[in-house]
Amino acid sequence: MTRSDWYYRLRAHRATLSAAAIFILLFALYIGKHQVGWTTPVLTTAANKGVLLAIVAMAQTLVVLTGGIDLSVGMVFVLANCVASHLVIGTPLQTAMGVVAVLLTGTLCGLVNGVIIVFGRLQPIITTLATGIVYYGLALGLRPVPGGNVQADLADALTDALPGGIPAMLAVLLAVVVLIWIPYRRSTLGRSALAIGSSEAATYMSGVSIGRTKIVTYTLAGLLASIGGLLLTFVTFSGEASSAIGSVYTLNSIAAVVIGGTVLSGGAGSAIGSIFGAFALRTIGDLLFVFDLEPLWQPLFQGIVLLTAVSFGAVRLLGVRNRLDLYR
Amino acid sequence: MAPILQLVDIAKRYGGVRALERAQFSCTPGRIHALLGENGAGKSTLIKVMTGVVQPDEGRILFEGVERRFTHPKDAVYAGIAGIFQELSLMPSLSVADNICITDPPTRFGLVDRVAQRRVAEAALARAGAEDIHPMAPVESLTLSRRQMVEIAKALARKPKILILDEATSALTAADVLRVFALLKRLRDEGMAIVYISHRMSEVDELADDCSVFRNGSHVATFEAGARSGNELVEMMIGRDIEHAFPPKRMASQTEHDKKAPALETRNLSWNGRLHNISMTVRPGEIVGLGGLDGQGQRELFLALFGVLRGVEGEILLDGKPVAVRDPKHAKSDALAIALVPEDRKSDGLMLPMSVRDNLCYASLSRLSRMGIVSKAKAGLAVAGAVKRLSIKAPDPSVSVGTLSGGNQQKVVIGKWLMNEPRVLLLSDPTRGIDVGTKQEIYLLVRNLAASGAAVMLYSTDYAELIGCCDRVAVFYDGRIVRWLEGSELTEHALVSSALNLAEETTP
Repeated sequence: MTRSDWYYRLRAHRATLSAAAIFILLFALYIGKHQVGWTTPVLTTAANKGVLLAIVAMAQTLVVLTGGIDLSVGMVFVLANCVASHLVIGTPLQTAMGVVAVLLTGTLCGLVNGVIIVFGRLQPIITTLATGIVYYGLALGLRPVPGGNVQADLADALTDALPGGIPAMLAVLLAVVVLIWIPYRRSTLGRSALAIGSSEAATYMSGVSIGRTKIVTYTLAGLLASIGGLLLTFVTFSGEASSAIGSVYTLNSIAAVVIGGTVLSGGAGSAIGSIFGAFALRTIGDLLFVFDLEPLWQPLFQGIVLLTAVSFGAVRLLGVRNRLDLYR
Repeated sequence: MAPILQLVDIAKRYGGVRALERAQFSCTPGRIHALLGENGAGKSTLIKVMTGVVQPDEGRILFEGVERRFTHPKDAVYAGIAGIFQELSLMPSLSVADNICITDPPTRFGLVDRVAQRRVAEAALARAGAEDIHPMAPVESLTLSRRQMVEIAKALARKPKILILDEATSALTAADVLRVFALLKRLRDEGMAIVYISHRMSEVDELADDCSVFRNGSHVATFEAGARSGNELVEMMIGRDIEHAFPPKRMASQTEHDKKAPALETRNLSWNGRLHNISMTVRPGEIVGLGGLDGQGQRELFLALFGVLRGVEGEILLDGKPVAVRDPKHAKSDALAIALVPEDRKSDGLMLPMSVRDNLCYASLSRLSRMGIVSKAKAGLAVAGAVKRLSIKAPDPSVSVGTLSGGNQQKVVIGKWLMNEPRVLLLSDPTRGIDVGTKQEIYLLVRNLAASGAAVMLYSTDYAELIGCCDRVAVFYDGRIVRWLEGSELTEHALVSSALNLAEETTP
């Protein structure tokens, strides 16, 4: 063994670490420039915005790792928000039932995506574009105009800081990572998902069940997106069927996945990277604020950060010796 | 000992082409069974049947005496059949350990136990004699030879009862081949049944206990290793049944050829360890064949000449002038006028959903347009000309090319390049999977093109075609030209034995 385990560990997590570095750099800049700086209210506000996108980006990551893409995550997010604004209210028991209903809704949406893609043999991009519109239609039916309410005590608790000064949203994010991402990544299921993204034919030849893996992956993505939508309700105290919000979250989730170092063709990457990618994207907006630039510049800067991140991934193409490989 | 796996009367057809016909095969624990045959004899299909990748149309599979159906590779894997294939079945971005344990990883509390997995992977790598490979290394960071060893370790980790190796040593270094041989012999002695496919006769001689010969999808004979001579084996693999009508060669012009300056010449062409010092000439009016087994560098030579490969060393001369072919656009330009008919017409030759007309025009759009606008009249005329010249049978030039038969599709690919009036025509297995009638039309067409002054290179996996069509044939082995055959030397026997790189065995 010429190389140590640490070399390979580092290599495997290179992309995640560089996404974390990008975020830390941007966030340090933000805190340093901010007039109040490292205080609980500033951190909590940042976390409340960042975690929503981070969770939707995790949903996107699961699908992208299999080599697919899910354009419906934003709409599931919005639909969950609308369902929550109706049901997550009342006594603790009613609230709990409401939460379960919201999560079931998202799970079902994801399951539908997976089943259509696997059994209908349709391309993920067009399937989820279509189902996303359907989910948006459902959301619109539930909330023709913005409104509704949510259990206030729970909402306050989740959007505030924990006793130690840590934003509660970060604890929620940690719980999601520990309860969903890590078991997924470490199970045979997540292993198979990465294998599919790496080479679907080789996975098939290795005797791995491809259909089941994909269906569970899309289902989990739906569940994660609905967790995001639920949390959105706690932040806004209302439900809104906004196609703009849905689309922005979908597109930003893809951007966060890419900045987080997950390869869009699948097979390599991590939801942890996507979390940092989402945080970094969010921080760009805040940076413009502390530097007194017009918020109009935000898309431009986000675009530049995204392009830079993608360019790193393209460097390896310089080494291709058979140009036909570029097109396959 | 009773056979562990028996295939009885297996038949498989792809469209109209029969890949296997009443094929028989069986293998026994504790023996290495070599499978022999030419390109397209049905060996690969047979293996795919054994491993559940394809389902036979007819016939029975008996595993441990019980009739079984393997409808998915998974079924065969769980039964204890592990295959090591030519196209690697590794996931490039996953680690070596992940790959080795992909089918059935050790788990604890429902999660993959990475410590145990590491041990399994290390044990499997050690068993394969590849301890130098780090289990955490991503497969894509390994060389081809190391990847092949991972592939072998992966098959071993499943503790198979039957191990199938399809050209598994082709990418290995000599040292690894020795290790794999020692391993296979050990596994055989431990009671594993091993099926071994190789085009390297020396390997078969060294390893095999039994040999089975296949030809044209049928089983020819099974015998103990060493019972037949190399010569007899070659005869069995060739058989004698197909006769194609080939247009007459221009024998009289043999001396005339030599006088003409070569239209195309290569000097010491090398690329990426896949081509080694290829030097050859093609004169106008000549058809030069590329022979040898599939995948010995013939395809890479064409890609190098067509400007697809990066980092090609050596020289290419057209009409005596050195040229550097930058890319296919440069290759097809009037200055060079090279055309390549690729072997995979569906992916590299045609835009299947588009019309016959559009497909025919794609390579020559600049000739058919003025100031960037395609002239409908010119294009229509050119398309009508090509349809007539090649007698492409299509209801109308506007139908999508995907609806045509394989033979007519191939005519469209050839026609698209003829519109550029190429001086050098590279044909990569142009008659693969098309009917006999169309084949003959193509032979005649190619001969006529040569007669009108084009220099033609023809790569074919069909030996009869090389003999019938080509003036000279360069036999490739391992990226090198190992032999030139022409005139009366150009026989099927000589082609097969030099393709296998057998030491000069004189014709019987």
